[in-house]
Amino acid sequence: MEYSTIEELINLASENEMTVSEIVIQSEIEESEKSRDEVLKRMRETFEVMKEAVEEGKNKQEKSPSGLSGGDAHRLSNFDDFLGDNIYKKVMTYAVATSEVNASMGKIVAGPTAGSSGIVPAVLLAVGEKINADDEEIIKALFTASGLGMVVSKKATLAGAAGGCQAECGVGSAMAAGAAVELAGGKPEMVANAFALALKNLLGLVCDPVAGLVEVPCVKRNGFSASHALTAANMALAEVGSVIPADEVVEAMTQIGNLMPGSLKETAMGGLAATETGLKIAEELDE
Amino acid sequence: MSSIFDVMGPVMVGPSSSHTAGAVKLGRIARFIFSDTIKKAEINFHGSFASTYKGHGTDKAVIAGILGFKPDDERIKNSLEIAKEKGIEVNFSEVQLRDVHPNTVKIVLSNEEESVSMVGSSIGGSDIKVIEIDNYEVNISGKLPTLWIIHKDRPGMVGVITSVLGSYNLNIAHMQDFRKKKGTIASSIIELDHAVDEYILNHLRNIDGLSLVRYIPPVVN
Repeated sequence: MEYSTIEELINLASENEMTVSEIVIQSEIEESEKSRDEVLKRMRETFEVMKEAVEEGKNKQEKSPSGLSGGDAHRLSNFDDFLGDNIYKKVMTYAVATSEVNASMGKIVAGPTAGSSGIVPAVLLAVGEKINADDEEIIKALFTASGLGMVVSKKATLAGAAGGCQAECGVGSAMAAGAAVELAGGKPEMVANAFALALKNLLGLVCDPVAGLVEVPCVKRNGFSASHALTAANMALAEVGSVIPADEVVEAMTQIGNLMPGSLKETAMGGLAATETGLKIAEELDE
Repeated sequence: MSSIFDVMGPVMVGPSSSHTAGAVKLGRIARFIFSDTIKKAEINFHGSFASTYKGHGTDKAVIAGILGFKPDDERIKNSLEIAKEKGIEVNFSEVQLRDVHPNTVKIVLSNEEESVSMVGSSIGGSDIKVIEIDNYEVNISGKLPTLWIIHKDRPGMVGVITSVLGSYNLNIAHMQDFRKKKGTIASSIIELDHAVDEYILNHLRNIDGLSLVRYIPPVVN
């Protein structure tokens, strides 16, 4: 069960009448020479860390060591928002919660990266609650997300320093969108469409963190990227396709990342980091 | 060989894989290289580590590693207090090192009797590379069980070491030998496929011509 592109992954699932997660699980068993139980157990443990981070973040009101983030997930969680208590509010709250835990030196799952760690758990937990999925189903969807991310890590990059934020929050959102589709019962082609739609619409996103810290704009961007994933999943489930196939979107991401100047790739030398306020914050933190 | 848990993971304490998790690993390697009771830790940050260490908690991360914590240990954020309780004096400063990666730290650990210095870099994700120990050039990734051996630079010495390892069925994945001056002493870095126990280490320590044997267990996420 080898795949090196998203097309191969989706075709394997379709031809074998399996889910994408099943292909990813079988491939991991072969690659790691571990048993199915061991592989599932490890993902179960990974999922537990994700749930704990979301819970901790929702209840936490303290600021991060730099003072730049903290308390927003708690604020969102307790706000009776104008959208009503819907799934969009949940995903943004959960994603910000994990990111705040990350910023304050709490335990998270760096999937695909620490800076984008809020997106996948937020989307799968919120969708899971909405459709009453049990933990085992969400854990399977985490394999789907991982398999999609694996293709990107081999073909392109998951590092903001190499590809900008499109490679971190962009890919995180795309992984979450694809996994949400499978969790909601969508077909393998829809998984690929959701991935492509989400990533396409975050292409070009730069990595310009204030003072070089994983906080501004990263924490709130996790919230935005999670709700973005829901939009992509919803479109794909409604059979809205992506004109550009997923693998070609990943190629476009690589090309855009290569064209992106170094000042916008995690060096804190351009964009938001180089604004008047951004520079002032950096100067104050340096003292 | 790659695992999906490299993408959906590692489980770590934030905020940054390179500036936090990688820094924990570097501190941890320094601890094993020193291997004695630590009384003092001098941490010198270079480049991006120097400019962002407070916000990324790189200071706490390195000290956590020196205390023996792993990158997913939730005590990392309290490591400075824990070091203080253990009577370890900790100093941070900024340095400019030559021709090194932007995320580099020089760690000097000491007690009344001895001291060791180590230079290492966080090279991407939470991958690290130790490049210098006590002015010997080295190359340690920390992913495999690793031995650092100082031995006399004379014919057959490396053969003795490898045959002892072979007698315990320990397969060598990589081996590098560095020397400061021909015919004096040399430093070997040996990365193995399997872990080494205390019995084997004592066997190595008893070999004539070997002045130092240190074992660095891998950090597995």
